[in-house]
Amino acid sequence: MADFKCEKCNKIIDTDMFLKDFKVCPYCKHHYLLDAKSRIELLADAGTFNEIAAGISPVDFLNFIDIKPYKDRIKESQQKTSISEAIVTGAAKIGGFNVALGVMDFSFMGGSMGSVVGEKIKCLADFAIENKIPLILVCTSGGARMQEGIISLMQMAKTVSSINKVKENKIPYISIITNPTTGGVSASFATIADIIIAEPEALFCFAGPRVVKQTIKKQLPPDFGLSERNLKNGQIDMIADRKELKRKIIKILKLFS
Amino acid sequence: MDDKIKNKSESMKGLFNSLSKINLFKKISFLSKLNFKHAKANIIYKIKGLRRDTRIAERVWKIVELSRNEDRPKTIDYIENIFEDFQELSGDRLSSDDKAITTGLGKINGKTVAIIGHNKGKDIKERIQYNFGMPNPSGYRKSRRIMELADRFNFPVITFIDTPGANPAIEAEDNGQASAIAKNIEFMFNLKVPAIVVLIGEGGSGGALALAIGNYIMMLENSTYSVISPEGCAAILWKDQTATKQAAAMLKLTAKDLLNFKIIDRIIHEPKGGAQNEPDRMIKILKENLIIALSKFEGLSGEDLKIQRADKFEALGFFEK
Ligand SMILES: [Zn+2]
Repeated sequence: MADFKCEKCNKIIDTDMFLKDFKVCPYCKHHYLLDAKSRIELLADAGTFNEIAAGISPVDFLNFIDIKPYKDRIKESQQKTSISEAIVTGAAKIGGFNVALGVMDFSFMGGSMGSVVGEKIKCLADFAIENKIPLILVCTSGGARMQEGIISLMQMAKTVSSINKVKENKIPYISIITNPTTGGVSASFATIADIIIAEPEALFCFAGPRVVKQTIKKQLPPDFGLSERNLKNGQIDMIADRKELKRKIIKILKLFS
Repeated sequence: MDDKIKNKSESMKGLFNSLSKINLFKKISFLSKLNFKHAKANIIYKIKGLRRDTRIAERVWKIVELSRNEDRPKTIDYIENIFEDFQELSGDRLSSDDKAITTGLGKINGKTVAIIGHNKGKDIKERIQYNFGMPNPSGYRKSRRIMELADRFNFPVITFIDTPGANPAIEAEDNGQASAIAKNIEFMFNLKVPAIVVLIGEGGSGGALALAIGNYIMMLENSTYSVISPEGCAAILWKDQTATKQAAAMLKLTAKDLLNFKIIDRIIHEPKGGAQNEPDRMIKILKENLIIALSKFEGLSGEDLKIQRADKFEALGFFEK
């Protein structure tokens, strides 16, 4: 891969360095989207991640066609990302602690939540309860998956119900908000966590900037929905740079252990 | 409102355009006198398919329009005419009182219940006052406060759903719209009292779901429940407003669809032509249905009610394993 220009500060970024830093610009610290595999590599202790619920895969049960059939969109996303859905779930160790870890991937149909994301989170939550280990979900999503119609809306309820049981069992649940986390995911499992950590300048809101702008017909503040504004407004516990994230999680896991 | 009319006429135009295109193909294959039997059969098949899709889309669209009909009975009409001694309760005890949701206590069949419902309003003045039924976080937090009260005093919760969605605004986001909705959903799963949900008009996305985690969910025949508005879906997926009706049909948002998916438990039939034609009768029908629904959960323990609710929602989804 060739070197490239940072989309935020316009400086030329050395690709090797960029990848080594898990896709953070070395100059302006802009946090780029991180795929699920790299995120797992960032957070889990080396070689400890064991995928669970891997076989659950999407079906086009509505024969949904917009300008493209849903079936084709699934296939394309699977080929592009080499993962089967918008979340990867598994058992892992973080700083030696056993955890149930779920990581969403925005490159898979915008991280949208359909039946598979709902079911995998349910399986992961059950796994956390069975093994009495903390649950950690790394969120990134454009919202519910419209191609699954009303069933996608119900995944908000399904995931909240599953995680509700985790909380009843007094198992800590940490959610990590990464750019962007909006719509149905923001208004369900992402926000009911015991601890919410966000990456810098991550967009985290229910109604996205486009919809809000269209409705109120006014310019939005430049920090609309961003982590820094959410921290000021009391919506999240803390902001952690990507390179600090693992350390922060370990610190919290220690406090709950 | 102008936009709605414009969208409608544009989508009609889109459908007519596609039909006339097909007719053109028909003409070409006829005039060219070429015997492409296969191609012709294929075209006819496609015309039939398109006509069928168009018919379905029109039928679904009629329901979407009825669900938004301004003369349909609203939450306030049901509250005033179904419950005795209704007392409205205001405020979230944090910041404000959101008029987009009305909450209070009242009696039905001699029993006190908590009532929560979206307000759309009857005339333009009310609609503005109620913000067209689009709640702010405060509205959801007020609802949660009332549900907490109900839970403590063992009052069943009845909710009326009628909203285009949560209010998309800067202040709403600053005040935690996402967490207000999520916390409501979570709280409803923890209710130890029966929760009966009725979709009376528009069930718009997360803003509706925040009040809709029920043990028993009913939909009026011409109400809708959708992950996104057909207009929004057409804009995002088709990038074309003329696809609005097509999107409405694809989204599976009618009471029949939801009953098929087992998301809802019952369809309540409306007077001929829709609830707006005979509001009084509609209210009476709904009252009867509410009494029956409440009776189904008498004697169930709080734990049983919680389990029933969780099992119902956790079973929803289609996937391969
Ligand atoms: Zn940069």
